[in-house]
Amino acid sequence: MSAQGTSPMVRPSTGGVAARMADRFWRQPKLLLVTLLALPLGWLVFVYIGSLLVLLLQSFYSIDEMSGLVVPEFTLKTYGELFTPSNLDIIVRTLLMSSAVTLACATIAFPIAYFAARYAKGKWKALFYLGVMLPLWSSYLVKVYAWKLILAKEGILTWIFTKLHLTFLLDALLSTPVIGGNSLSVSYIGTFLVFVYVWLPFMILPVQAALERVPGNLIEASGDLGANSRQTFRNVIFPLALPGIVAGSIFTFSLTMGDYIIPQIIGSSRLFIGQAVYAQQGTAGNIPLAAALTVVPVVIMGVYLYAAKRMGAFDAL
Amino acid sequence: MTIAVKFDAVSRHFGTVRAVDCVDLEIAEGEFFAMLGPSGSGKTTCLRLIAGFEQPTSGSIEIFGERAEGVPPYRRSVNTVFQDYALFPHLTVLDNVAYGLMVKGVEKSARLKAAEDALAMVKLPGFGARKPSQLSGGQRQRVALARALVNKPRVLLLDEPLGALDLKLREQMQEELKTLQKSLGITFIFVTHDQGEALSMADRVAVFNDGKIVQAGSPAEVYGKPRTRFVADFVGSSNVLTPDLTAKVSGQRRWSSLRPEQVTLAASKASGVLEARMVAAHYLGSTTRVVTEAGGQRIAGVVQAGQAVPEAGSLVHLAFDKAALHFLEDQP
Repeated sequence: MSAQGTSPMVRPSTGGVAARMADRFWRQPKLLLVTLLALPLGWLVFVYIGSLLVLLLQSFYSIDEMSGLVVPEFTLKTYGELFTPSNLDIIVRTLLMSSAVTLACATIAFPIAYFAARYAKGKWKALFYLGVMLPLWSSYLVKVYAWKLILAKEGILTWIFTKLHLTFLLDALLSTPVIGGNSLSVSYIGTFLVFVYVWLPFMILPVQAALERVPGNLIEASGDLGANSRQTFRNVIFPLALPGIVAGSIFTFSLTMGDYIIPQIIGSSRLFIGQAVYAQQGTAGNIPLAAALTVVPVVIMGVYLYAAKRMGAFDAL
Repeated sequence: MTIAVKFDAVSRHFGTVRAVDCVDLEIAEGEFFAMLGPSGSGKTTCLRLIAGFEQPTSGSIEIFGERAEGVPPYRRSVNTVFQDYALFPHLTVLDNVAYGLMVKGVEKSARLKAAEDALAMVKLPGFGARKPSQLSGGQRQRVALARALVNKPRVLLLDEPLGALDLKLREQMQEELKTLQKSLGITFIFVTHDQGEALSMADRVAVFNDGKIVQAGSPAEVYGKPRTRFVADFVGSSNVLTPDLTAKVSGQRRWSSLRPEQVTLAASKASGVLEARMVAAHYLGSTTRVVTEAGGQRIAGVVQAGQAVPEAGSLVHLAFDKAALHFLEDQP
């Protein structure tokens, strides 16, 4: 007792600015929060949201057709232009492609994520993460050009089909109207394949994270109550993984809608929204139309998220 | 008597670990059967074998006379109340309870009616619209019970059903479970590591250790006539006397057990049986549990309230009826 009595009840501050700040932050946690958030939040508000607002503003301007100059007056004329057949074509094409890519990514990602979340352990789990992440470490452009070579008429895919005497399959696929073409690298199928490849990790990771949070005994409980595997999937696993799928689809959907490089390198020469924006703000100099086109994906994503929420996609969160 | 569950030399090995090792077991229809043992003793694996979550490595399991090996859980008329309840977080309480009927294709209004009735049975009427996250631990437990019972299983398995509840609630649930079991007449098999719970609730208890059943019998048998040192120690924390000490008291060199409540402190050396030294005293209210040391061994006894409790370190004389000494089967 007496030996302990010599040590003071409250140790003095070690002094110095750092120690005083530490004490201050401990007493006022809000101050710490503000200090930590000021810079990133400031960046977000001024640079990011600010530029988005400017973009929104620009989309309500229009261009004077005679002079080619932007008229800074509020008008809905530019939005009206979105509904001209050629622009509507671009929007519908992009929307269909994004939906197809998202669906394909979800279908491919689910079994992979399910395996990783429920069966892979230790070494296999590390291998899974490596396998999913590795493609993200190499340059996007390199990957896209690599696919151009793979899908080209003289490419390895054609060669494989020839060797397997399955050329007729490839020809049948390419002769499909609309999505076919002269070779895979100049068809919608090619664009679709590359989109799926490039965005797949963005679907796998959130789905895997969602499945990881599903306790194993819920699956056992479902079986115990009489549900076979299909019923357990439909009633337990899928609803609980849905927030992950929706999160992944936000990535795949919006990334596909905004991309302007893949459809330019691989695919038919018909435009997607990203390319249209690029063309309008560059060579055409039609900033208002470019801005209005940019607002389209934002609106679509908003509608999509609202619908997902209304349908209960986030109930399991 | 119909046999509800029968194990014939059942083993379940995980690699080199023998979780369940050559277990023979018969549980009668309508019985309230407890599987008691420390963690890792194989009791939960036995339960999972009955539910169908595990398949035996060898041996055979029969449920109401039908072979259970290779039969998936969803085709067994057996339901489980899981340790942490395993309620579906995305479904309402009513949909949770109706789940079993839903997957069996029972029409919606009929299954919701049955689920309402089941909720009323576990004293949660009108809770159907809530989500499991809005319930307390005790309420979730009741929902899990209703969810299992609504399927009218022939065998109900309960895996440490009361483990997560506080003492008061646990005692209340023990009573309710017992009443429910008697009124429904369903075979209840429950797993617990709490010997008090097993003894007070079950018609019959099987004590597990190292993947084997060490002893099975009525609570009175298991408590009063333990077969081995393990059972004596695990069920009711009996004093286990070494062969040397037993010989000193009874003249026979065998392992024996002695219930603490049969040991008291004698006033004088003449009325005592064994000389011991006080180690510690634990005040329990109506009694005080005293721990003493005799012949290098701990022996616990009981002092009634109002009696003086000697200081630690002082010499005491232990008194007990020599006939209360119960000989064990372990080899000396």
